[in-house]
Amino acid sequence: MEDYQPTIIAFVCNWCTYTAADLAGTSRLSYPPNVRLIRVMCTGMVDPKYVIKALLEGADAVLISGCHIGDCHYMNGNLKARRRVKLLKELLPRFGFDEQRVKLTWIGASDGIQFAETITEMVPELKALGPNEVRNQMVL
Amino acid sequence: MAKIAKIEVKEQNPLNSLQGFFKTLLEQEEISAILVPQHLPMKDVVMPTLVTDPEKLNGTDPLAPVFPMNAAKVVSRLTGKPLGGSVAVVLRPCEIRAFIELVKLKQGRMEEVVLVGIDCLGAYTNVDYRRFVGDDGAEATLRFCQNVLAGKSTAVEDFDLSPACKACEYPVPENADVLIGLVGVDINQQMLVKANTPQGEALLEKLKLPEAKEPDGRKKAIDSLVAQRVEYRDKMFAETTEATSNIEKLTSYLANCVNCFNCRVACPVCYCKECVFVTDVFDHEPTQYLRWAKRKGIIKMPTDTVFFHITRLAHMSTACIGCGQCSNACPNNIPVMQLFRTVSSHTQKAFEYEPGRSVEDDPPLSIFREGEFLELTGGKE
Ligand code: SF4
Ligand code: SF4
Ligand code: FES
Repeated sequence: MEDYQPTIIAFVCNWCTYTAADLAGTSRLSYPPNVRLIRVMCTGMVDPKYVIKALLEGADAVLISGCHIGDCHYMNGNLKARRRVKLLKELLPRFGFDEQRVKLTWIGASDGIQFAETITEMVPELKALGPNEVRNQMVL
Repeated sequence: MAKIAKIEVKEQNPLNSLQGFFKTLLEQEEISAILVPQHLPMKDVVMPTLVTDPEKLNGTDPLAPVFPMNAAKVVSRLTGKPLGGSVAVVLRPCEIRAFIELVKLKQGRMEEVVLVGIDCLGAYTNVDYRRFVGDDGAEATLRFCQNVLAGKSTAVEDFDLSPACKACEYPVPENADVLIGLVGVDINQQMLVKANTPQGEALLEKLKLPEAKEPDGRKKAIDSLVAQRVEYRDKMFAETTEATSNIEKLTSYLANCVNCFNCRVACPVCYCKECVFVTDVFDHEPTQYLRWAKRKGIIKMPTDTVFFHITRLAHMSTACIGCGQCSNACPNNIPVMQLFRTVSSHTQKAFEYEPGRSVEDDPPLSIFREGEFLELTGGKE
């Protein structure tokens, strides 16, 4: 398993974490290339089904990252996202998905460093967990 | 203190007496119609009927051990917009609980309904009931009731209650406006009628039924019935948890699912007019299937089966009231209810939510607060 590279699907809010990721890039901060960013207008629009779909198709983790509480451009989208993550963390482990495979963070637009650090921390954690078992199964 | 009266039972025929009661109810000025399960005249099946003519209640049978659908769906249809008159709806406890969920989801209104709930002795599956009923529906019902209330089993010959009913810990419709009590009552003599709300009380007042008091044995009989159900339920939870504890096991649990979505259609709390699974969101390009197949060498078709069930669990399990209509509707005998109730018990607990308890409790995914679930983001807001 030396060369196992986890894949992280990240749903990032346009107004904050996406900008932070961009900033991390333009500031030439280095972080592992394991993350695939999906820009959304707000974390409040991330329906649980997208997280479930990503994991069933073999993603090793899903990161949802948005504005700090109080900073959401749509008032409370991030509060809704938090309840949905709570639900997913209750639901998915019942079918063997480790709870660490779903992660929620608040990363503001100027937090390029925090974005890079979050990904840098996630990768070894996911490596320790091993690949998502659905990768080798015929489920969808 | 709730007001209690009784319906006197003659000739050991509780069904006739209930029919008389419904007739009186329908004759009240403020009741425009009654929604009640009936043996249909053209074929002996029990279906919800909407009745305005008191003479058309002769086939009424809310005690038949069957409910082909969760009638909360039709009550939602009736109350979605102003109806122009009050309707008394005769429902099982799980139907009332489902309706309460639908009201909170703005899929129905309480304004023009009187909820008449009857203690539920449970039901057979649709398939079993058709084999059990024979050609005299009312007689079959009485046979079933006498058996159950005499303390014998719910099984008649080789038929027994559906697993959903065996696992149901809500046999008494405490949240009805008017409750008809059977458990712990000698139904060859009388049935209890109890008003639980001011609306129920006002109605009961008018019906001029003889007063009664709760029989001494009732509470004990209910407690012991619930204890028996809880024991079955907990065993079911443990077995289902074990049978679906990883994705491979879940896949095999659902292996004969053909994505017909009957379970979703039958589910009273799955209310979306356009379910995402029938839109083109997951209507993949043909080439996509080939790519998936190539990635693993083999995929099961149709795809998205496990995805459908986990998504449905994410969307509605906090509202699952355990009626078992999903299992009832499955053409492939998949124990859908067992899976949904087991998972729901955890998602409901996570939000300390009891579906169907009260219209005052907000559905967990419709509210959100500052300062909650901070552990998800490392303890920080
Ligand atoms: S999931 Fe099944 S048991 Fe739960 S409410 Fe829907 S039909 Fe009833
Ligand atoms: S009713 Fe049965 S076969 Fe149809 S989608 Fe539901 S579980 Fe699958
Ligand atoms: S706008 Fe960023 S989380 Fe809502």
